[in-house]
Amino acid sequence: MALFKLLRQSPWSARIGLAMILINVFAALFAPVISPYTETEIVGDVWMPMSTDHFLGTDHLGRDLFTRMMYGARNTIAIAFITAMLSFMVGIIFGFFAATVGGWTDLACSRFVDIMMAFPTLIFALMALSIVGTSISALILVIALLDSTRVYRLSRAVAMDIEVMEYVEAARLRGEGIWWLMRHEILPNAMPPLVAEFGLRFCFVFLFIAALSFLGLGIQPPLADWGGMVRENSGAITFGIFIPLWPAGAIAFLTVGVNLVVDWFLHIASGLKD
Amino acid sequence: MTHLLEMKDIFIEGESDEKWLPIINGISLTLDKGEVLGLIGESGAGKSTLGLASMNYTRQGCRIASGSIVFDGTELTGASPETLRKIMGVRIAYVAQSAAASFNPAHRLVKQYAEAPTQHGLMSFQKAEKEAIDIYRRLLLPDPEHIGYRYPHQVSGGQLQRAMVAMAMACQPDIIVFDEPTTALDVTTQIEVLAAIKKITREFNTAAIYITHDLAVVAQLADRIMVLRYGDLVEENNARKMLANPKEEYTRQLLSVRTLTEDKDLSVSEKDVILEVEGVTASYTGKEIVLEDIDLKIRRGRTVALVGESGSGKSTLARVITGLLPPIKGKTVYNGEMLPPALKNRKRDSLRVMQMIYQMPDTALNPRQRVSKIIGRPLQFYYGMRGKAAEDRVLELLDKIELSEKYKDRYPTELSGGEKQRICIARALAAKPDLIICDEVTSALDQLVAEEILKLLRNLQNELKVSYLFITHDLATVKAISDEIVVMLRGRIVEQGRKTDILTPPHHEYTELLLDSVPEMDPDWLDGVLAERARKVAQGIEVKTTFIEE
Repeated sequence: MALFKLLRQSPWSARIGLAMILINVFAALFAPVISPYTETEIVGDVWMPMSTDHFLGTDHLGRDLFTRMMYGARNTIAIAFITAMLSFMVGIIFGFFAATVGGWTDLACSRFVDIMMAFPTLIFALMALSIVGTSISALILVIALLDSTRVYRLSRAVAMDIEVMEYVEAARLRGEGIWWLMRHEILPNAMPPLVAEFGLRFCFVFLFIAALSFLGLGIQPPLADWGGMVRENSGAITFGIFIPLWPAGAIAFLTVGVNLVVDWFLHIASGLKD
Repeated sequence: MTHLLEMKDIFIEGESDEKWLPIINGISLTLDKGEVLGLIGESGAGKSTLGLASMNYTRQGCRIASGSIVFDGTELTGASPETLRKIMGVRIAYVAQSAAASFNPAHRLVKQYAEAPTQHGLMSFQKAEKEAIDIYRRLLLPDPEHIGYRYPHQVSGGQLQRAMVAMAMACQPDIIVFDEPTTALDVTTQIEVLAAIKKITREFNTAAIYITHDLAVVAQLADRIMVLRYGDLVEENNARKMLANPKEEYTRQLLSVRTLTEDKDLSVSEKDVILEVEGVTASYTGKEIVLEDIDLKIRRGRTVALVGESGSGKSTLARVITGLLPPIKGKTVYNGEMLPPALKNRKRDSLRVMQMIYQMPDTALNPRQRVSKIIGRPLQFYYGMRGKAAEDRVLELLDKIELSEKYKDRYPTELSGGEKQRICIARALAAKPDLIICDEVTSALDQLVAEEILKLLRNLQNELKVSYLFITHDLATVKAISDEIVVMLRGRIVEQGRKTDILTPPHHEYTELLLDSVPEMDPDWLDGVLAERARKVAQGIEVKTTFIEE
């Protein structure tokens, strides 16, 4: 009910953003149902123009682009979502832990994160992926680990603010353990900024995967993903065929949608009136 | 005769959830030259809103819906910004509650003093500097020639508040609006600021609107008092007449606060001691000593009041006792058994017997937990109570703190200040403690609400035989609730003993100063105290008005 009320009061930008996300989620969930063909099936010539058989034409191997876009949504969104969830779990647990325990634990965790953050993320990811290989689980783990450093920073800062509140002190005086403090006293109060950050992080992860795919180290063919599709079809641009713009546009579309919703959410969380 | 300021049928509204709700419901107010008008009421009474409206100004999210404000023949509602600019800060000035938050920390005092007169082209900076010295002297600030060249953090709280009064005086306004200027100060400092305000408004024949929640304070300054409640005028009268003969029930209640007393057998026996603090010395940094050689005994079913001004180490002592700050030297003994100095080494049961209630109930309750969880958690944690048993006990505790069952499903944001503090008390009681440490539990509450909380605490003590360590700077509270008193100054105990012994003369000189400085309802009290101090000085007796080193 509360959610419904919140939605009714939401501004137009947030509603548009939400609609954009829902379209993507719908496509991802029902890809096998909506798509006229299967993911890797070659159905025609290379780079065929738009037609009633192929809504968006065909790609560089003659696969139906519309089908690939649907499956691409599925792979890209699912992997980005799992990665973002994982990085948040790791980042929040360590961030809260460092903030509540303090002292040497905090120092050790924070300096480790500083070292991790000192490397340029893309270079680090390229290096790590070329060592452990480019399986999907490796991809998720490497990106989640890299991203969790940012989450750690934020959740530690937020927890620090909450940790000095008297209700946390009251819980400490009661003799509550670390886990209770983190789970029941800090987490519920840290939710608004963390949820907003989740939206942004999700976008970054998703763009990062697209970038890695473009470089050939992300999701491997023949699995469809938007970043990879841009790379595979990039040659088409030379011939004035705009096929690679479709997956590129899809990336932009989802990013903008998520950001519109996040903006609105940040606004509510900050408690500003207008 | 025309009045200097005449506000007629003022309605002010505030926006909440896109609806305009009334804050002031048609109050009229007049102010003559040189007159001091006291506006008094609890928080939410609309006194600040009305005070600010005298300049045709409202806080963000508020608006003056209707009414007329005529200042010296000029109608201010609907006046051009240019007209208002010439009046605000020049002819009507404002002094805020927290001087510390109102000064720009990056500029020297005199520069901020000179801002208004030079901005309005009344005088040059050099002239303003010279005049500042005169005003500083009149406000009894120490070293008036040089104090203006200090930064805000280099002067004490009371001095800063007076510097702010000086700033308001800079353009020699016709009216000054004082918005709770002494509320954040210690009693010994408050008296200095009050004396300064009284002196300067008289010397310049300035009219003033003095806003406060403390009737005793306003009694010292005001010629006329208006009592407000929920945006309505309750009573208006000449100050002396009102104090002598209040007409409305609400005014009578306000007048009778701080008269709570109780006769109790105060004889002591050593076997009743439940908590003993021996030779405690503590420090936060390891270098600077905050507490020195503290000895303290708390007996079963008794209240020990820990009195002192801010910075005297009262709260630090509470942190040592609870184990949050392990002391450098000394020990805490509970029921004959020494407690480990650090919290993490203490057993669950020794944590249970000592509970704490805080000053700010807003931050002491987790805003994301319902009342049933806040009170229920100690039950589950210490006694393993769950389900129906825990639920029944929560209701029983709610009943004890005089709140109805329906409160159990509320969040803290849906409660008033007094209700929140009651929930904090219930949370402490849930553990069935022997000792409750009350850290300034009533200072953030309105007087009538605070009184209710004190009564509740006292009744609970009589019923449950729980002991209190009552930390406070408010001597009225001490008189009301304590059995024993410990007076602290700069980390040391200056005097301790039974209430009757401490409160009857002869006093230790610091205790005397503290007792002296508590405003009384008598309108002649301030003049009396100041005259007495002046008389002593004339006789060559040294009168210390501050014990805090700068």
